[in-house]
Amino acid sequence: MTGLPLTRLVRVELRKMFDTRSGFWLLTGIGVLAVVATVAAILFAPEESVTYATFTAAIGLPMSVILPVIAILAVTSEWSQRSGLTTFTLVPHRGRVIGAKALATLVVGAGSTLIALAVGAVGNLAGSALAGVDLVWDVSLRDAPQLMLGNLMGMAIGFTLGVVLRSSAAALVGYFVVSFVLSGVFELLALVQESFRDAQPWLDWNTAQIALFDGATTTAEAWARFASTTGLWIVLPLLAGLLTLRRAEVK
Amino acid sequence: MITVSSLTRRYGGFTAVDDASFTARPGRVTGFLGPNGAGKSTTMRMMVGLTTPTSGEVRIDGRRFADLPNPGLEVGVLLDASAQHAGRTGREILTVAASTMGLPRGRVDAMLDLVSLTPAEAERRVRHYSLGMRQRLGIAAALLGDPSVLILDEPANGLDPAGIRWMRDLLTDFAGRGGTVLLSSHLLHEIEIVADDLVVIGRGRIVASGTQQELLARAGTVVRAAAPDDLAAALERAGVTATPADDGSLRTDADPARVGLIAQAAGLALTELRTADSAGLEEMFLSLTADTQREDVVAGAAPDPSGRSGRSGRSNRSGAGVAA
Repeated sequence: MTGLPLTRLVRVELRKMFDTRSGFWLLTGIGVLAVVATVAAILFAPEESVTYATFTAAIGLPMSVILPVIAILAVTSEWSQRSGLTTFTLVPHRGRVIGAKALATLVVGAGSTLIALAVGAVGNLAGSALAGVDLVWDVSLRDAPQLMLGNLMGMAIGFTLGVVLRSSAAALVGYFVVSFVLSGVFELLALVQESFRDAQPWLDWNTAQIALFDGATTTAEAWARFASTTGLWIVLPLLAGLLTLRRAEVK
Repeated sequence: MITVSSLTRRYGGFTAVDDASFTARPGRVTGFLGPNGAGKSTTMRMMVGLTTPTSGEVRIDGRRFADLPNPGLEVGVLLDASAQHAGRTGREILTVAASTMGLPRGRVDAMLDLVSLTPAEAERRVRHYSLGMRQRLGIAAALLGDPSVLILDEPANGLDPAGIRWMRDLLTDFAGRGGTVLLSSHLLHEIEIVADDLVVIGRGRIVASGTQQELLARAGTVVRAAAPDDLAAALERAGVTATPADDGSLRTDADPARVGLIAQAAGLALTELRTADSAGLEEMFLSLTADTQREDVVAGAAPDPSGRSGRSGRSNRSGAGVAA
């Protein structure tokens, strides 16, 4: 069995991410917020903070919230909007479709991070010139890949929620629970239960995520924690979700 | 050619499709009939891999759907015209499908033209489409890959009379060029006009299948004689069960030729002899699916409320079982 080329499926899935009204505005939102964040950083950042890290963080923060939503909708719209009836009929191999969606998500995540770094560089050049301070390039070649990994992990958790829940509303709620509510719960548990304090960084996906965005995942232990939370929150649920998705009815 | 073999789908204790077997042949329009919830849509969804059969299989030109290298080029599918992303434009939906199949963009314009969606309509998002426009878009998507097989679930839904006529001509023309069309509908009149073959499903079981003429002929015979009692006796002697109707005629499941010969042998003059097909497809449908209907409509709808339709329903079903 030969089937359709994967490159074609990835291209189609990339197009489908942004050819809807919601997709269009999410993409536009990233662009607009990047510019707004850059301008805000130029206007309001104190002189000593006019550095590359400030600009990439200002652009990266809204991006890190929007990218997982794009990943969620890429999966769930097939069910919530019922377009899966057509998609899975034209490509009767769900594993391939989901694989193509995962690759398209990867492309968007990597591309967005590169754009954030580029816009941040322009912002830093402009901001430093306007403020009359020396250029400070304080995002190292070690931090940049972590920033990218952070964005990709954010999209991965969105993707996972999409595969497991297969409903836009449920997955969006799930995403906010996992990234905002759950970290609070873990913090609280660590405060009241001493024995949990040591376990928390191994279980809390959000702590590992923040470490990535701060470029703080540097030690072997930090990477081990990252692997632990990724396995717990992404790899295991994703595998379980894929198994049910392959046989689930598309209504 | 669509070949359905012993197809079964259970949901827990509920059997939605029960050992269904039938074929839809090339060059013919096959009408797929059944009451609501009889298993039409589940059967069609299993054909294209959206629902996994509990047992049995479907083959399209001898191959399983999942084994078709580029299904869109071989099978055009329209299961639910509303199952499209509401935020995409009509043109974009076709463009995405065309890209998936690897077709040139010109094909999208050709299909929009074929289904009479104007360029302005094609640029509108599907959430603003009427049901009729969605059906047209769905037909365009099904025909995009120039397939040789069409699987359409209620395609006439929401179309205006001109649209229904257009759809009918389109399907007849498609089958005329050697294509296979499987078409479900609850619009019996539409099916009666367009379908060459019929498959009737009730409570998940195929209760009849064959050409439309065959199935309608099974409606039985109406015979009238100057001496109805003598005729009834002659028929009974010949082993043919006949039921007197209120209007003095006799109804029987035997075909008219046999009834005529029996009358001749008995030396009886007939005043009327014809197939009881006047009520056509609707009566056949109601009698075949009598015990699978939600409403108890058969007694009221049948011409003779004395229970004849119930009996003929059973005998029809047993006859259909042989043919199926």
